[in-house]
Amino acid sequence: MAALRRTPPLAVVGTYLAILAYVAFALFPLYWLLKIALTPERLIYSDGTALWPSALTLENFRAVLFATDFLAYFRNSVIVSLGTAAATALIAAAAGYAFSRFAFRGKRLVIALMLVTQMFPLLMIIAPIYKIVAALGLLNSLTSLIIVYTAFNIPFATFLMQSFFDGIPKDLEEAAMMDGCTRLQALRKVILPLTLPGLGATLGFVFTAAWSELFFALMLIRSDDTMTFPVGLLSFVSKFSVDWGQMMAAGVLALVPSCLFFAFIQRYLVQGLTSGAVKG
Amino acid sequence: MAEMELRDVRKSYGGTEVLRNIDLRIGDGEFVVLVGPSGCGKSTLLRMIAGLESITGGALLIDGAEMTDVPPRARDIAMVFQSYALYPHMSVARNMGFSMEIRRRPETERRGPVDAAARTLGLGSFLDRLPRALSGGQRQRVAMGRAIVRDPKAFLFDEPLSNLDAALRAEMRLEIARLHQRLGTTMVYVTHDQVEAMTLADRIVVLNGGDIQQVGTPIELYERPANRFVATFIGSPTMNVLEVAPSRDGLRLADGTPLPGPGTARHIGIRPEHIALAKPGEGIAATVEVIERLGSDSNVHCEIPGVGPILARIRGNPDIRPGASVGLVPEKDHLHYFDASGTALPGMAM
Amino acid sequence: MTTLSGNDTASGIPRTRFGRAYLAYAVEPWLYLSPAILLLIFVMLIPLGIGISYSVQSINLLRPFETGYVGLENFEALGEDARFWTALVNTFWWTFGSVTLQFFLGLGLALLLSRPFHGKRIVQALVFLPWAVPTFLIALTFSWLLNPVIGPLPHWGAAVGLLEEPYNILSDPGTAMWGPILANVWYGVPFFAITLLAALQSIPGELYEAAEIDGASAWQCFTKITLPFLGPMIAITIMLRAIWIANFADLIYVMTGGGPANSTQILSSYIFTTAFRRLDFGYASAIAVALLGVLLVYAVILLFVRARLVKF
Ligand SMILES: Nc1ncnc2c1ncn2[C@@H]1O[C@H](COP(=O)(O)OP(=O)(O)O)[C@@H](O)[C@H]1O
Ligand SMILES: [Mg+2]
Repeated sequence: MAALRRTPPLAVVGTYLAILAYVAFALFPLYWLLKIALTPERLIYSDGTALWPSALTLENFRAVLFATDFLAYFRNSVIVSLGTAAATALIAAAAGYAFSRFAFRGKRLVIALMLVTQMFPLLMIIAPIYKIVAALGLLNSLTSLIIVYTAFNIPFATFLMQSFFDGIPKDLEEAAMMDGCTRLQALRKVILPLTLPGLGATLGFVFTAAWSELFFALMLIRSDDTMTFPVGLLSFVSKFSVDWGQMMAAGVLALVPSCLFFAFIQRYLVQGLTSGAVKG
Repeated sequence: MAEMELRDVRKSYGGTEVLRNIDLRIGDGEFVVLVGPSGCGKSTLLRMIAGLESITGGALLIDGAEMTDVPPRARDIAMVFQSYALYPHMSVARNMGFSMEIRRRPETERRGPVDAAARTLGLGSFLDRLPRALSGGQRQRVAMGRAIVRDPKAFLFDEPLSNLDAALRAEMRLEIARLHQRLGTTMVYVTHDQVEAMTLADRIVVLNGGDIQQVGTPIELYERPANRFVATFIGSPTMNVLEVAPSRDGLRLADGTPLPGPGTARHIGIRPEHIALAKPGEGIAATVEVIERLGSDSNVHCEIPGVGPILARIRGNPDIRPGASVGLVPEKDHLHYFDASGTALPGMAM
Repeated sequence: MTTLSGNDTASGIPRTRFGRAYLAYAVEPWLYLSPAILLLIFVMLIPLGIGISYSVQSINLLRPFETGYVGLENFEALGEDARFWTALVNTFWWTFGSVTLQFFLGLGLALLLSRPFHGKRIVQALVFLPWAVPTFLIALTFSWLLNPVIGPLPHWGAAVGLLEEPYNILSDPGTAMWGPILANVWYGVPFFAITLLAALQSIPGELYEAAEIDGASAWQCFTKITLPFLGPMIAITIMLRAIWIANFADLIYVMTGGGPANSTQILSSYIFTTAFRRLDFGYASAIAVALLGVLLVYAVILLFVRARLVKF
């Protein structure tokens, strides 16, 4: 669209101002988080609402990392998120492949089943899941979280993987089979290398989702040594509700992996959100 | 080297039947072209031979062995796809040698056949490139090279030239003909372009709507089409087909012109090249509408009042103008007759 | 997998669709789907069934000896539970307020991003970033921003006259809901911007060029081309998103816990507090079934609207 070229200068300025406003709106809360985290404790009240801190310190980060359990929470969350992402990507890749490459009876039924699991309130199953996990003796275990999160993310990830497989012409696989491959060889030598970016994007989306899940973690994890980051941070907030600097430093730490993965999946946001349709 | 036999092969998707009663023998070393309009089932038939599509009913035999349940990789057949289906992440050399890589031939053994194929196809200097850095024609050659390196019992081609421009298409057509002469391998070639079919085929199979219409050499199809569909599909420009009615001593056109022929005929066909121009008053009276001068020939589009348009192809450059009245004289022994169902009838001359 | 060799099928008998290749082909997709299907059945569908059955039982972990079938007792209690009705009304306002603001801000952003300008890539990355921030962290950040001790928002609000004095809106039942909605808008604008941007880019550019040649103004282009083109897709996205937001309790739970005085309690946060704090699984499930009922009615309306829209 070439509209910008012939619009009057005032409109151009207006456009840039609007863009600037959106950027400021998006970044300001994160900036604030970082600002308080870097403000020395003695200045928090005097500097409280000033836009710039008058001095900077890394003391809050040091305290959070070495004087609290945050490293353990962080580690637990990384295990859960990576485990979920890996398991989901594997299972969803297989399912997405089936959706993309086969026409079979019952396909619509399975798709409907996946959509249904996306539509009902997840909190509906929090009590039954708690009882089942308790009965299996898996409360306070990261494994139970990984299994539950994997199930939650499969429908979305399956549709995402399907869209990536749909982008690879079926001819390529068939050519490989004519060249002497079994279906598995064709997958490994031709399809897999081409779908690596898609697999990476799926990993990123699922990691981000698992990293921020709160309710099931709260319900299923009550012991300190298996807490994930959100659970740990909330209990930290209720325990130390006066130590602003440390809480915000912890918040900044929670932000880091998300931002890393975000940079990684940025290119695929459109594909991810449009194929997920209902997933946030 | 391979003989193929299809016995009463059928194919349906869900409830819809897309191929019926396909009976066909393909001899060892033969070049068979499947031709027909888009959607008639050519690709489906080819893919069933390849093993990429299941066979709903009937049997496929290659060298006498039943193939219905044999996976593609065990059929020893190579296929060139319309989209070329080059592996985008592999170099030209690796694309061509991929079948040997799968068979675990060592790198050193692969080089010979790949280089040889690259040389014949003029791809020698592109071996290290990725497919996306090639032109359409070069990609097409790589696809062929991949099939050649495979050294199969038979080659299958699915509209391999349809993505090329006219000049390249003519060049590659010749290349494929040469390849067949050099290798002598059985080839099955799908196209919707009847020129490709006529120029390449030992035998042509004309398909329409899931049925075989006729099987024969190009000349047989041209001279003795089995029905109206084949008559109008084969040959360029298309055969003229005119409605006729029975009369006391043969047939007549709607304008009353009498013609010889069997009384059961409802249409006659005459190829443009079998019509001569005469002075007004001779033959069938017509008016010239448009003349396309091609140099060696001229296409004279005429209108027979009360009958409809008709095309005559005249050698050289006749001295006529649009609007002129002319007489059209069909060569009587090149008239084709079709009954109400479209089936060809033996004419006077046969 | 099809690992058949040539020799054992060389019988020449015509194969039917029940041949081995056909069977392998029919079974293969189910092989790939089975892990996903099994997991969904065992982790989601069976618990869903159990959850619905809980709604007619008394299951309270704090009173383990009163467990058993109670019929519709939970639902009767629901009818008399003022908190439930408040939560139902709050769910509506929460969803309506969030979706409306998210949509219009998202549309504005999508329109801005649909034109080329310098630094677009980096701007796009920055404005979409909120989508990636973990929701619990968004909730904490916004409750800090709204806290007059540590955050600037109350002071700014007072400076422009929105607030009489810099106090925490989260502690006032009359204004508390705006807190989570604000956080939700911040979080949700990228979603709408991204989906709408993708839709905008699917409109063929020639349409705009043709309209420009015909002398249409920018506003006319928007109302005569953009809106009619995107209308159906927009309506469906909004309606689906509304379901998601109605279920989305993270922000509320962390920012206000449903308070003060239940002024921010929505049905899904009420389900969680009932299950998590009171450990009353029976009653929590009854609320959940009620929420499911509301959503089903809504979904039926949605399907109806969709059927009308898709005709275009
Ligand atoms: N996977 C499929 N499912 C249903 N119908 C199909 C499928 N593949 C092809 N067809 C139908 O079969 C017919 C023949 O297709 P095809 O063999 O591709 O035709 P063509 O002669 O153009 O190559 C077409 O009518 C097509 O719509
Ligand atoms: Mg085809």
